[in-house]
Amino acid sequence: MEDQKFVTVNKLENSEIQTFTFGYPPAELILESGEKLGPITLAFETYGELIAQKSNAILVLHALSGDAHAAGADGWWDSLIGPGKGLDTNKYFVICSNVIGGCRGSTGPSSINPKTCKPYSTDFPIVSIGDMVNAQARLIDHLGIEKLLAVIGGSMGGMQALQWMVSYPERIQSAIPIATTLKHTPQQIAFNEVGRQAIMADPDWKNGHYYSSKVPAKGLAVARMIGHITYMSDASMAEKFGRRLKEDKEPFKFGAEFEVEGYLHYRGDNFVKRFDANSYLYITKAIDYFNILNGNKNLGNIFRGLKAKVLVISFKSDWLYPSYQSQEIVKACKLAEVDTTYCEINSTYGHDAFLLETEQETQLIKHFLNTASNGHNGVKQ
Amino acid sequence: MKQAPVKAEHKIILNWINKDASLLDLGCGDGELLALLINERQVHAQGIELNENSIHRCVAQGLSVFQQDIDTGLSEYADNSFDYVILNQTLQQVKKPDFALKEALRVGKKVIVGFPNFVQASARFQIFFKGRVPVTKALPYEWYDTPNLHFLGIADFKDYCKKRNIQIEKSAFIRKNSRIKLFPNLFAEIGLFVCSH
Repeated sequence: MEDQKFVTVNKLENSEIQTFTFGYPPAELILESGEKLGPITLAFETYGELIAQKSNAILVLHALSGDAHAAGADGWWDSLIGPGKGLDTNKYFVICSNVIGGCRGSTGPSSINPKTCKPYSTDFPIVSIGDMVNAQARLIDHLGIEKLLAVIGGSMGGMQALQWMVSYPERIQSAIPIATTLKHTPQQIAFNEVGRQAIMADPDWKNGHYYSSKVPAKGLAVARMIGHITYMSDASMAEKFGRRLKEDKEPFKFGAEFEVEGYLHYRGDNFVKRFDANSYLYITKAIDYFNILNGNKNLGNIFRGLKAKVLVISFKSDWLYPSYQSQEIVKACKLAEVDTTYCEINSTYGHDAFLLETEQETQLIKHFLNTASNGHNGVKQ
Repeated sequence: MKQAPVKAEHKIILNWINKDASLLDLGCGDGELLALLINERQVHAQGIELNENSIHRCVAQGLSVFQQDIDTGLSEYADNSFDYVILNQTLQQVKKPDFALKEALRVGKKVIVGFPNFVQASARFQIFFKGRVPVTKALPYEWYDTPNLHFLGIADFKDYCKKRNIQIEKSAFIRKNSRIKLFPNLFAEIGLFVCSH
């Protein structure tokens, strides 16, 4: 693996990217931890046109390794976003921003700390899913949008959707949390911790102060490999790789011999080129600390009073965020008498299904959004 | 919406339901009845259905529906959460009909139950003269691929309600898509009841 340095802002090749900066001192964003962070830059992209009434805006929320580039060439959810697609950009104004703590144009540990003129590194404050959502709300203010037609996301994106339902219930007309959970379980935390330990065990990590030298590429690649295993399923791996050996298998022991090994190496190495190891640590911590029940012992009270319509989607083979966790979300919605639809899509892709099983997902989302914007779709009012 | 003719059983249920009522349809299928009730009675309706394809068709019509197995119960709902709970063509297919009906009666002020009358005349005829498990227009399934787990007649249901102290407030019987009054246990293909505690 070649040595590389991580440079964050202005590195994004995509020209559609825009930025919004807010929270200049003394008006910094106050984080859930009580710490202040500012100024904060959010990188975002938009697709489609905002209509005059500003009632057709949809905020797309990305997962751990995602960024603002959701649609277009190499967009992480291009299968769902675009003209005629599930999030039809002929009808809707779609916004996606990189989360705070990230490394794809938004303020995170690799950004320059204005106080020291050096990267924040591990001096970056701990951020939460709630903080990410508060920053997004500022972006929505900036765009002049009072109420979003929908917030939608899978995995960590789904957590943000749930957080919107709690933090800004009056600012959303609908929410679509996909393959997600009300709180991270020990198993989910454990996988993230192995990833973090891999990064921190890399001698190049240097307690996070590696920005002027080699990045902890090995550690971050291993973290990504573990992640990928949890995103797939037994069936999808068997189908994709079987026990096939790599064609260019090296003649000595313990190289990548099986195709699955080659795939994981490739995924790991590729990830290092576009992702910052410290961001990986911060964002996985935000995910692990996520618990929408915080301070609220009664499941039925979390979404009490929410007027938004909710569509919850899970996938049968997703063992990282199993359906029972989505059913818990549905249960909380039922108890709060929130207008909710729930579907478990039959898929073999595992957790990755939310990015891959888009045909079924598209149908559900398309019709649901029609209903959310027009009342009962197909049923005369 | 397709302009399919409204089924007799759906017309009867429609007439039993007040405007603006809250309603839970257990085993709502493709949402045909729910859509009708929303259109005609402006009910606040929620469906529960197990089949994924049916869920897709419900969502396509703008209905709110949960994918759930009714046999797991309705524990999230408080007593009397709904004006009506509908168990139409569902009771004979659940694993625990006694439990399902009990839960329905708990969360609904009134429960509308509809099921095929398994002891109608043509079925009796097939059993008696052919010595075969009946397959009729109203009971179209072969024994090896039927979704029906429980076989009951109209008299059986009435006996059951008596045993469980369930009040039958209203009833209606259907044969060949029309309402009938005489000897329902013998002639009706479908029995419909409004039940309460």
